[in-house]
Amino acid sequence: MAFDIDRAYRLHDRVALRPEPFGALAYHYGNRRLNFVRAHDLVTVIESLAQHDTVRSAFASAGIDARRWPAFEKALASLAASDFLVVA
Amino acid sequence: MSLSADMKAGLQAPICLTWELTYACNLQCVHCLSSSGRRDPHELTTSEAEAVIDEIQRMKVFYVNIGGGEPTIRPDFWHLVDYCVDHNVGVKFSTNGSRIDAAAARELALSDYVDIQISIDGSDAATNDHVRGEGSFATALRAMDHLADADFGEFKISVVMTRHNIGQLDRFAALADRYGAQLRLTRFRPSGRGADSWHELHPSDPQQRRLYQWLLDRPDVLTGDSFFHLSALGDPLPGLNLCGAGRVVCLIDPVGDVYACPFVLHDDFRAGNVRDTGGFENVWRHSELFAEMREPQSAGACGSCGQFDACQGGCMAAKFFTGIPLDGPDPECVLGHGEELVSAAATAAKPPAGADHSRSAPVKFLGRR
Repeated sequence: MAFDIDRAYRLHDRVALRPEPFGALAYHYGNRRLNFVRAHDLVTVIESLAQHDTVRSAFASAGIDARRWPAFEKALASLAASDFLVVA
Repeated sequence: MSLSADMKAGLQAPICLTWELTYACNLQCVHCLSSSGRRDPHELTTSEAEAVIDEIQRMKVFYVNIGGGEPTIRPDFWHLVDYCVDHNVGVKFSTNGSRIDAAAARELALSDYVDIQISIDGSDAATNDHVRGEGSFATALRAMDHLADADFGEFKISVVMTRHNIGQLDRFAALADRYGAQLRLTRFRPSGRGADSWHELHPSDPQQRRLYQWLLDRPDVLTGDSFFHLSALGDPLPGLNLCGAGRVVCLIDPVGDVYACPFVLHDDFRAGNVRDTGGFENVWRHSELFAEMREPQSAGACGSCGQFDACQGGCMAAKFFTGIPLDGPDPECVLGHGEELVSAAATAAKPPAGADHSRSAPVKFLGRR
């Protein structure tokens, strides 16, 4: 299923985030994959997804400049593709 | 900043932490990185090992690669595995398979957090036992049979690439397929007893090229980022393609010493001990050695080579134990820059050696071949 910023997503239950100087490291205990989240405000967005009905609303609430939305959407879509994010 | 630059500057905790639980081993492989054989009387006690697990859980080290020696020889091995799992630290352990009987395999199959890696170094008994000792191939296969019978799922078959087994790549892949296992190939390093067997066993240049092509065709084969020196041949191999020592990777040895990577068990690369004040976290974040390794490194003699960005000068441990300066080329540089230096170093001073835990010295090959 294609990633849709008008839907609600949340972090998979078996994913842990570790803060790093570049953002965060994400690890999935289920599929044992590792992902790099390479922006601090992207980490903020990911952590807040569960409180929003849409990804769009999480972007807006974190104050992400609209010009950066496409890049953020791409990063989140890739996390969803490897099961790090799931549809809420 | 690039991902590679982020990694080189160091992380809050390692991504890949190897923990060798004991120097005791029932085998005496001729390429053993840690020259294992006899247990060290100062190895961490059960409660000290539990304290390390508590600490790496706090640091969010997501999983630990347990090895040795043969880790399952420790009487508290299964307890420590359970302790990791209960503390949200995933376990991947390497074994020669000698203790993986039907009951152990059934137990292992119950956990989602435990991954197992069985080592073989040949696709047949003759090639394997030459390096790992008589009967070790049959033992490893028996362990694989037990795991398959217990429906463990996808375990890993781990092979160190040597001059004698690179011709067997397709057979290793077929063996892994037969067991529904994942194949993992790693680089032969001149560390530990590997320093003595390196000249006979390390792959030839044509073999390295063949391995590179084979790996490009099979991105699903795991390599632990071992072969980044081959990336100088063209397209980079999958992975970070950099030396992670002290930056992304480190090793805790059985007595709690922390080294920059699993291939440099030598005083020059010892950053501290988990028993020191501040424990592992303090060593990882504040040791002088690791701070130095996270500084930008000079390309040295390789600076003028057009392929430096691809191979980054290769493996630090491989250089160190063949007597090549750390800012020199990899001894197995695919452009041939290392060869001369290796022979020069071999005729000059004897390259450095690490501590030896072998049961009886010297370890002999089963026969020349």
